[in-house]
Amino acid sequence: MSSELITVAYLIAGILFILSLGGLSSQQSAKRGNFYGIAGMALAMAVTALHPAVTGYAVLVPTIAVGGFIGAILAARVAMTSMPELVAILHSFVGAAAVLVGIASYLDPHQSQQGVALLIHEVEVFVGVFIGAVTFTGSVVAFGKLRGTIGSKAWSLPGRNYWNLAMLALAGYLGTQFVGQENHAGLSFLLLMTALASLFGVLMVMAIGGADMPVVVSMLNSYSGWAAAAAGFMLGNDLLIITGALVGSSGAILSYIMCAAMNRSFFNVIFGSFGGSSPQSSGRTQEEQGEVEAVTSSEAAEMLGDAQNIVIVPGYGMAVAQAQSPLYEVVKKLRARGAHIRFAIHPVAGRLPGHMNVLLAEAKVPYDIVLEMDEINDDFSETDLVLVIGANDIVNPSALNDVGSPIYGMPVLECWKAKQTIVMKRSLGSGYAGIDNPLFYETNNRMLFGDAKQNIEEILAELQQVAQAA
Amino acid sequence: MKVAILQETLPGERRVAATPATVERLVQKLFFDVAIESGAGDAAGYSDEQYSQAGAQVESSLDDTLRDAQVVLKVLAPRLRSDGRHEAELLPQLSTLICFIWPEQNTELLQLLNQRQITTLAMDKVPRITRAQKLDALSSMANIAGYRAVIEAANLFGRFFTGQMTAAGKVPPAKVMVIGAGVAGLAAIGAARSLGAIVRAFDTRPAVKEQVESMGAEFLELAFDEDGTGQGGYAKVMSDEFIAAEMALFREQAQEVDVIITTALIPGRGAPKLILEDCLDQLKPGSIVVDLAAEAGGNCVATKPGELVERRGVHIVGYTDLPSRLAPTASQLYGMNLFHFLSDLGGANDFQIDLDDQVVRGSLVTYQGETTYPPPAVEHPVEVLKPADLPENPVLPRAEAKQKKKAIRGALVLLFGSCLLLMLGAVAPSAFVAHLTVFILACFVGWQVVWNVTAALHTPLMSVTNAISGIIILGGMMQISGSAMTVSPWTDPVTLLGAAAILLATINISGGFLVTQRMLKMFTK
Repeated sequence: MSSELITVAYLIAGILFILSLGGLSSQQSAKRGNFYGIAGMALAMAVTALHPAVTGYAVLVPTIAVGGFIGAILAARVAMTSMPELVAILHSFVGAAAVLVGIASYLDPHQSQQGVALLIHEVEVFVGVFIGAVTFTGSVVAFGKLRGTIGSKAWSLPGRNYWNLAMLALAGYLGTQFVGQENHAGLSFLLLMTALASLFGVLMVMAIGGADMPVVVSMLNSYSGWAAAAAGFMLGNDLLIITGALVGSSGAILSYIMCAAMNRSFFNVIFGSFGGSSPQSSGRTQEEQGEVEAVTSSEAAEMLGDAQNIVIVPGYGMAVAQAQSPLYEVVKKLRARGAHIRFAIHPVAGRLPGHMNVLLAEAKVPYDIVLEMDEINDDFSETDLVLVIGANDIVNPSALNDVGSPIYGMPVLECWKAKQTIVMKRSLGSGYAGIDNPLFYETNNRMLFGDAKQNIEEILAELQQVAQAA
Repeated sequence: MKVAILQETLPGERRVAATPATVERLVQKLFFDVAIESGAGDAAGYSDEQYSQAGAQVESSLDDTLRDAQVVLKVLAPRLRSDGRHEAELLPQLSTLICFIWPEQNTELLQLLNQRQITTLAMDKVPRITRAQKLDALSSMANIAGYRAVIEAANLFGRFFTGQMTAAGKVPPAKVMVIGAGVAGLAAIGAARSLGAIVRAFDTRPAVKEQVESMGAEFLELAFDEDGTGQGGYAKVMSDEFIAAEMALFREQAQEVDVIITTALIPGRGAPKLILEDCLDQLKPGSIVVDLAAEAGGNCVATKPGELVERRGVHIVGYTDLPSRLAPTASQLYGMNLFHFLSDLGGANDFQIDLDDQVVRGSLVTYQGETTYPPPAVEHPVEVLKPADLPENPVLPRAEAKQKKKAIRGALVLLFGSCLLLMLGAVAPSAFVAHLTVFILACFVGWQVVWNVTAALHTPLMSVTNAISGIIILGGMMQISGSAMTVSPWTDPVTLLGAAAILLATINISGGFLVTQRMLKMFTK
């Protein structure tokens, strides 16, 4: 196959990838988008396999078969609530692959570059391996945190930003030593730097607490793209560059959206200290706030039955309790009685951008009743009842009216404007940010304590009884 | 220059033409000497002491109050006192009187005022133009009447206005229909809405639809095309067909609503009869009709001006003193209207009656012994008064400045980036520059494309980008075949590294695409 033909095929594959991302602009075109992606990938792989320089089919075919099989199993088995973990571990694979490709590229005896070109190539290898290694270990730690294997609390060395700076400086120094070495003698510096970058990735993600995970996962998504782009530079492959850039900017946009939804800057999330360790947290204001009024699930069922216009606000607690399917059963019952029900999704609800949407979709909730924060925030004043399931900070009024609050300025779902709210929570503990939520003490709020799934199943049973009695 | 403030003499009238707060302004801002009749503010809850603290001279008798006064402020038109003297005859010669006059109904009063060469400015004749809004006492009073109408209705109504979900069961909200969306109507809509009622409003002028909706009420429309906009923000008389359709609408609404508040007035024509017997019959027992047009005869056939009547369980409120029932607020607003008027007239130092001033000429009813009402017709554009001064958006200029700053910063970044790229282009080899071009363009394409992705699909976006970032497999594929010189491919480090990379990347590709597929299948309408 001629190299011109390959270039054109790569171009087509690149276009297919762009169409693939474009397809995700709406639910209707999304499936088509995924097919474009698959087609692009198949084309790129087939053309590369036919490249005259590619001869090692004995290695290629079995590894692809094994990898494809493992991937298929993973994809089929993963529970939708575990999507964040899957995404994180897949990021780590890209990172690891980038490291491997980078090192292999350095060792490749076919390299024939000279002078400035060689220097640039070595810098590309160095940068690519660095990003790859940070992505790899960072994603592994994120995976561990999301699974719960590693505690989700933020953990960091004292003065960690100085450590980070020192490590970056050291990596830079290793880089100057690495370039210009004859006969792959720079390998030790490259490996040393890989170890350093791996440590850097671990420390960076360790320092980030539970609810900031959407930002981290998006950021690692972005890094995995940049790693692929760096590999493209070192191999001189435009398709890798295009794809890497697409993925990189996609992750960057997601990180930006997540940060904006928390009213924090990217640097504040990654390098700031917030969450888990804030000392002024829980208990400080609880006595002043007054009483919360608890209800039973049958009372909650009655309130739901009486309301005409209902909004449901799901949070991470719903995912943890796996309550989405019984919840939709309740919704169906209420809709059958003529109630108008919608879901309100805060951008950082859950542990992954769009996590709640996927969970609700899994429970077969039609996507046209699942609305974004901006679409629904103005409607709360005309809502009879808001049901908050396992969410806290995203419905905290202090974000709007308490200048001293650590989450002040964060856009939140203004559910307290509704006539009545019910908050389902395991206990009266404070949220991730360690701040008390004045919503719980509002006179028109009722608390329904206990496991979300169990409570919703009780509500469902209650509604069924009423329906039978009627 | 002395301003005299008189006690109102009509029985039941609680308002007063100045409050301590407005007296203080008259004294300090406009430099008037203010004299007030003792006890003038009592009914409105303002004591003589408060007035004297505000800088007024409290006079015990009417004659002392009026002695040498050049301006006299009142609420209602001068009338015959209980002691047999007419207030107009007590006013000092050549003084200026400012109060409500209603010159059409009070021609005899105008003669009395002319005999004493009084300059009379009628607050009810202030032209309703934008510039005169701050001295528009009719609007001030209408606003209060509209609010009070709702309060009177709520007082008589046996239920909540707001719907409630209580532990003891559900209470439906009250439904209120407001006819006529002028100042009073809009105030009534606002008050009823804030009590939690469902509010509908009707008006013959389609232009007010937006105002009605901005207050949170539903605008009732006839399937009929006729614009009832008349002069000066009022409505005009409509055609017979229109009125028939209107009546049908009211009858239909009467079956549903709990409270009807009517505010329909056409200048010089009395109040149109809108709520007829058949319409009243449709109302549920316990319903309320508040007729704000009672003074002009009433919009409802059963209205008795000044009285509350009951007709088969339906209360019809015909009170004509609604502003007076909110005397402190009514006095304060009216007092401020007077203050603004006096301020426009030049205050104590430059006081003059400027006949070229449209506002002065419009409200001037007697001057130098002559009746000057009605004023010569002035061509002035009809300006519909705004509802309760919608707040201007003060954030706008700041947001613009911010936008500008952002634009400048963006331009600087672009400039800096371009310089950097040019410098790079000067030294870098051509192959690198070509790749860089592709890279940067792809970043821009990605940026544009991904912003269009709907938030609901962010998780599939992540998994699909995961899959396509498995494109790094190409790197591995190029490398496994590289070392032909070694005997077995499994011992060559480059091949091994490449193979491992392929394995990982394939997991990504198949895992990413398949899980995306699985997720997207779940998104159904």
